[in-house]
Amino acid sequence: MNITVRQKAAAQRLTVVDCDIHPAFRSPKDLHPFLSERWREHMTTLGEHLRNGLSGQLPFPRMTASGMRVDAFPEQGPPGSDLGLMRRQHLDANGVEVGMLMPLSRAGMEERNLDYAAALASAVNDWQLETWVKPEPRLRAGIVVPQEDAVFAVQEIERRASNPAYVQILISPRSSDPPGHRRYWPIYEAAQRCGRPIGLHVQGYSGGHASTASGWPTYYMQEHYATSSGMQNTLASLVFEGVFERFPELKVVMIEGGFAWAPALCWRMDKHWQRMRKETPHVKRLPSEYVREHVWFTTQPIEEPDDPGHLADIIGWIGWDRLMFSTDYPHWDFDDPQHVFKFSMTEAQKAMLFRDNAKALYGLQ
Amino acid sequence: MKVPFKGSIDCDLHPALPSATVLLPYLDEYWRDQFVSRHIDRYSFVLTSYPPNSPLTARPDWRSPGGVPGGDLDMIRREALDRFGSRFAICNPLHGAIALFNEDMAAALCAAVNDWVARELLDREPRLRASILVPAHSAELAVAEIERLAADRRFVQVLLPAMGDMLLGRRLYWPIYAAAERHGLPIGIHAGSTYRHAPTSSGWPSHRVEDYVAQSTAFESQLLSLLCEGVFQKFPKLKVVLIESGFTWLPTLMWRTGKTWRGVRPEVPWIDRPPAEILRDQVRFTLQPVDAPANAPDMLARTFEHIGSDRVLLFSTDYPHWHFDGDDVLPEGLSDDAIRKLMIDNPLETYPRLRDDALAGERATRTEETVR
Repeated sequence: MNITVRQKAAAQRLTVVDCDIHPAFRSPKDLHPFLSERWREHMTTLGEHLRNGLSGQLPFPRMTASGMRVDAFPEQGPPGSDLGLMRRQHLDANGVEVGMLMPLSRAGMEERNLDYAAALASAVNDWQLETWVKPEPRLRAGIVVPQEDAVFAVQEIERRASNPAYVQILISPRSSDPPGHRRYWPIYEAAQRCGRPIGLHVQGYSGGHASTASGWPTYYMQEHYATSSGMQNTLASLVFEGVFERFPELKVVMIEGGFAWAPALCWRMDKHWQRMRKETPHVKRLPSEYVREHVWFTTQPIEEPDDPGHLADIIGWIGWDRLMFSTDYPHWDFDDPQHVFKFSMTEAQKAMLFRDNAKALYGLQ
Repeated sequence: MKVPFKGSIDCDLHPALPSATVLLPYLDEYWRDQFVSRHIDRYSFVLTSYPPNSPLTARPDWRSPGGVPGGDLDMIRREALDRFGSRFAICNPLHGAIALFNEDMAAALCAAVNDWVARELLDREPRLRASILVPAHSAELAVAEIERLAADRRFVQVLLPAMGDMLLGRRLYWPIYAAAERHGLPIGIHAGSTYRHAPTSSGWPSHRVEDYVAQSTAFESQLLSLLCEGVFQKFPKLKVVLIESGFTWLPTLMWRTGKTWRGVRPEVPWIDRPPAEILRDQVRFTLQPVDAPANAPDMLARTFEHIGSDRVLLFSTDYPHWHFDGDDVLPEGLSDDAIRKLMIDNPLETYPRLRDDALAGERATRTEETVR
């Protein structure tokens, strides 16, 4: 379907809140205006220092066009770097009422030099406002913070919290220690204080731990799956460290990790927590109860059973009020709002999944 | 629910393993001397994954005062074999030998454990079978151990840990699979870690329960690895049994890999049909633990529908690990037919050596009846 036809069709359909859109830099120099001279020079001479053997490229090369939709390349710069194309191709064409920005690149979450990480995070937070949210009010920013420096993270959160353009706090779920560890608690405390959810978007190699408990995979197909396993471990850590007991108002969004695993993980956590209960007395309730109360999931990349009805079972078990539609634009595994759900839904369920759950969570008008 | 009939095949049972002192006679002179002079024989070789006094490691009523759970053959007979009416039960020795870095020492100790199992368990109880413990981090030594024991048909499987040095699909391990396939031995991957890597991609969890919960994600990684590296194409007759893995996570894995594979097929061109089909054909799961919601048999029944095959589950008690109470080894939500399959037909289909024994047993019975 061409863009114009899509736009006309979109105008007559339910609007959507897209909970995962990736903005990109036309070039790294886009960040220069938001960096001090010291860090501009650092960026030019040394650049990012990651826990990963290849710089500026992916050790698991993607299967198409650097992992992008092949139709998402603007005339200049990489996909996601041109607001005009993003509007025409995605925001207008798919009836996106609100879109959540997920700046992953050079946002400091994976940087080993924590001073540089702080400079990058702060710059990316400015850049989101100036380059995206101000010219395009449908977009919302996230406060990106390097989770390994909780002191800076809290300062940065507090500095931005009065601005409603920032709707959530973004940290890497792939931290140096599992995300439930108490070294990260000041971040959760700040999130709770300013009433923002913590967004955990799957990440590359943040803490340097292998993608699996038996080391590194060989193929991208495995690495793609490992994000789903990693998100399960992340959620288990938050539960078993007692984060939700400690921060009863905290809300967490699991972004791009899939969601169909959530019921089975909850069953497993409940069963073995009951058996091992004395080890974690700070966990007062069934793990599944914390998940039901505190956790939201974005839908992309949606799991696809042969029988689409099976996925409806899963959503019913998680709770229709806990899933939020996302596309991952402009990445290759983009989920199209017109085709993503292959089972029938009531109008009320559609409204929740595509729009209202996100509006309620993020406090959007 | 209770097992409704006799003749089940228990695909995961854990006899207590002896101290290293007891294993000394099973070591050659060099290793005996090494063990004694270095005091290695004074250590227990308990895997970190299974602390002996942890609630998960043994059911309270399967702990005898002062004794070790599963440490006495009469106890195993009374509490596992007789109680669940098992025709065969496969012993999976969870021994710390596999966590040693010294490959030669690990191989010697694995061999000692295997020989001890043969003498002290298999020779004394005809219902027992065993997996071969191998030092997976040396494919060469692992293959040698498989070859050494293959003629003893009471060894029915090769045992590898779910979390190890490298993902099990890697070509380095393929000689193990070639040997296993050649001898009609499935590869059994059992929960547990040698802790060569953090159990999660965000590092080391604080609690035991987190490590245990993370086992299912380690199994996911192993299945992806075996699948993506083409092990199932290279060894089409090989069966892989995931032991103490849980299985309710399987539908999500099949759905996600099926979708991703359609997008990335050129990367793994040897995968020539949907991953779910390959997994249903060549991968099996032991029953316990049943990670299902309490008091919701309808949800478990739906999960079985999601799995889409009644051939993949193999009955197991996981004795003496604590996953269920009383005789309640079977979950609600299974049809009579599915119960019969998982208790008898599926294990026989999975383990060629058990199938041969079962057929021989039936022939013997028929002959006896004819003579009578």
